Amino acid sequence: MSSLWIKNARVIDPASQRDAIGDLFVADGKFVDSLSGATKKRAKLIDAQGLVACPGLIDVHVHFREPGQTHKETIGTGSRAAAAGGFTTVVCMPNTAPVADNPGTIQLMNDVIRRDAVIRVHPTGCITVGMKGDSLAPIGSLKRAGVVAITDDGDCVQSNDLMRRAVEYAKMFDLPVMDHCQDQSMTQGAVMNEGVMSTRLGLRGWPNAAEDLIVARNVILSEYTGAHIHLQHISSRFSVDIIRRAKQRGARITAEATPHHIALTDDLLATYDTHFKMNPPLRTEVDRQALIAGLRDGTLDIIATDHAPHTDYEKDKEFDYAPNGIIGLETALPVTLDILVRKNKFKLPFVIDLMTRRPARLINLPGGTLALGAEADICIFDPAEKWLYDAKVGFSKSSNSPWSGQTLTGRVKTTIVGGRIVFSGGRII
Amino acid sequence: MPWTRRHLLTIEELSLAEIEQIHATAVAFKSTLTRSVKKVPALRGKTIVNLFLEPSTRTRLAFDMAAKRLSADVISLDGSSSSTTKGETLRDTAQNLQALQADMIVIRHAAAGSPLYLSRILNIPVINAGDGAHEHPTQGLLDTFTMKERLGCLRGRKVVILGDILFSRVARSNIHALTKMGAAVTLVGPSTLVPQWFTAMGVRVSHDLRGALADAEVVMLLRIQHERQAAGLFPSIGEYTSMFGLNKTRASWLNPKAIIMHPGPINRGVEIDSELADGDRSVILQQVTNGIAVRMAVLYLCAGGQPENVTPAPATETSRPAGAE
Repeated sequence: MSSLWIKNARVIDPASQRDAIGDLFVADGKFVDSLSGATKKRAKLIDAQGLVACPGLIDVHVHFREPGQTHKETIGTGSRAAAAGGFTTVVCMPNTAPVADNPGTIQLMNDVIRRDAVIRVHPTGCITVGMKGDSLAPIGSLKRAGVVAITDDGDCVQSNDLMRRAVEYAKMFDLPVMDHCQDQSMTQGAVMNEGVMSTRLGLRGWPNAAEDLIVARNVILSEYTGAHIHLQHISSRFSVDIIRRAKQRGARITAEATPHHIALTDDLLATYDTHFKMNPPLRTEVDRQALIAGLRDGTLDIIATDHAPHTDYEKDKEFDYAPNGIIGLETALPVTLDILVRKNKFKLPFVIDLMTRRPARLINLPGGTLALGAEADICIFDPAEKWLYDAKVGFSKSSNSPWSGQTLTGRVKTTIVGGRIVFSGGRII
Repeated sequence: MPWTRRHLLTIEELSLAEIEQIHATAVAFKSTLTRSVKKVPALRGKTIVNLFLEPSTRTRLAFDMAAKRLSADVISLDGSSSSTTKGETLRDTAQNLQALQADMIVIRHAAAGSPLYLSRILNIPVINAGDGAHEHPTQGLLDTFTMKERLGCLRGRKVVILGDILFSRVARSNIHALTKMGAAVTLVGPSTLVPQWFTAMGVRVSHDLRGALADAEVVMLLRIQHERQAAGLFPSIGEYTSMFGLNKTRASWLNPKAIIMHPGPINRGVEIDSELADGDRSVILQQVTNGIAVRMAVLYLCAGGQPENVTPAPATETSRPAGAE
């Protein structure tokens, strides 16, 4: 494998607290402290003047729809979208068709990943058989087949007893249990946040209390069993408060926020645009501010996209009938930089930490660092470049993004996985 | 001021002047309703499609009748007979209707926001005949038209809307119309069906029936549906009636000149005593009649007619179409 010399970058590595202009060297797919004269001459040179070089971004929450819903996305197209967004590792949710509740499906996914993925893609397995919430999936066998976590994302386990057993059992394998926190009895037919806007629009409301109840349940179960529970896409200010207090007690709780929940609010639904329909729904400005405060003080651990592709014809419907979700991999970095760094004065290395080292640690993966000897997964981006995002010409198979047609600031220039350039100059290599 | 809107999607987006233009146009059309020859030639040669994807009796009949009185050709399509049952999308259904050279679509749909969605797809006017729990603009227009007929100017008038507000498009359209017209609106009903969120729309929310009805000049009742009880929103129809049903005693708290309204269909003995529904103060059937005049006005204006050109001459072979430029 060839060598790389990334020159004059602002190198940011949260793990070593490095933030300085300098060079990065890669040999045989790993970071090295220098290259010998001869190798240096042969090395591929990347002039990163004015650019940031940081660990490749890591997203623990994406939907790549394969197997079964490949009209929306595939592992191939999804991983290309990820690479274009600066991501070098992603974790796929198991709500495929069939759902990933058995080692055979995981094996199939891993075969496709080996064949088609341009970055590192890890599957998760279901918590329950068929994601139906009735009985435990073969969690140990799923772990052996290679899942990095278990989750019934989208279909929160409603039975408290089953959830208790799931986390207790998964703890034996040191597998994080990721939960989409939603009390379904309170959200029947709900399509947006319950509040002033849903009242005005005549749409069925999804009260934040339905999230808060399950967040509290999960905190209680985590503390009772000692198991690690990861709370997906937190959207409610009360949930942030519950998590903050749980962490003060030392609970093994982690939580994520999405770029869209920290950037957008339910006011945007005034025109019934289905590009603002997702689950959990966009909430109010007070909730949005609470999420940002939660990221600032460590209550919320990471940024995750919940990249959820749907075709145009599926999204182009009456609001009630359109599916939930938006794509996010290609816009995550600029949107997060805009909200956290530009508008809320977060330090850039801290925001990179939210998208690299911390998510790696959360799922017990070694990435997210520029340390010598580590796999050379790198994201090189221009924090100041303005560009017009058009979801139609993006790399995802779907284009359901609320940011399509907007000018974003911050653009990924090069993505490197294990020392290999996979995205550069706007193209997948 | 000329009328410029092609669609009628919500009352929320209308100005007070536009509401008054529709009302004034409806006054002119109302005078034609009682003549022996009831047709006017205003929309002769136009085809209006009533796309009713949710059941309706009153609204559909009134739109049908209004279009025919304007000499338009009317085609009615309902949910069970349309291709939507075969999985055709609303977009495709509507585009087909446009390709069939329909001049206007009147849509009733269970999904809130669907008329707005259609208006963005189609080049022809779209009239909202009720979208989910969102709006029912022609109902709000005919209700305020009826109130004005009986009470005159609505500024400062006390209006109570009583019942299942949460799921009611009629309530929302009336709230927008009444607040624009300066009326003082109070919403009353069980707290589960009248959440506090509504106060953001410029109205009062109360669960004290007596206090709210005291000296009110209009009480508008909304139908109580059994499904809401099944969903746990209130304990029983019996309890609802005992707490919030309008009976003679409660009606006596109203202003002596007060009128009683209901958009229908009514549940006698549930939200209103039969005696009151049929009594002197009830304007329930006037609402139905006014519904034709108001919908004639809406169809006429959105088809490009101007309020000052309404010449309610009977349709004859030789008469010039009203509003013809």
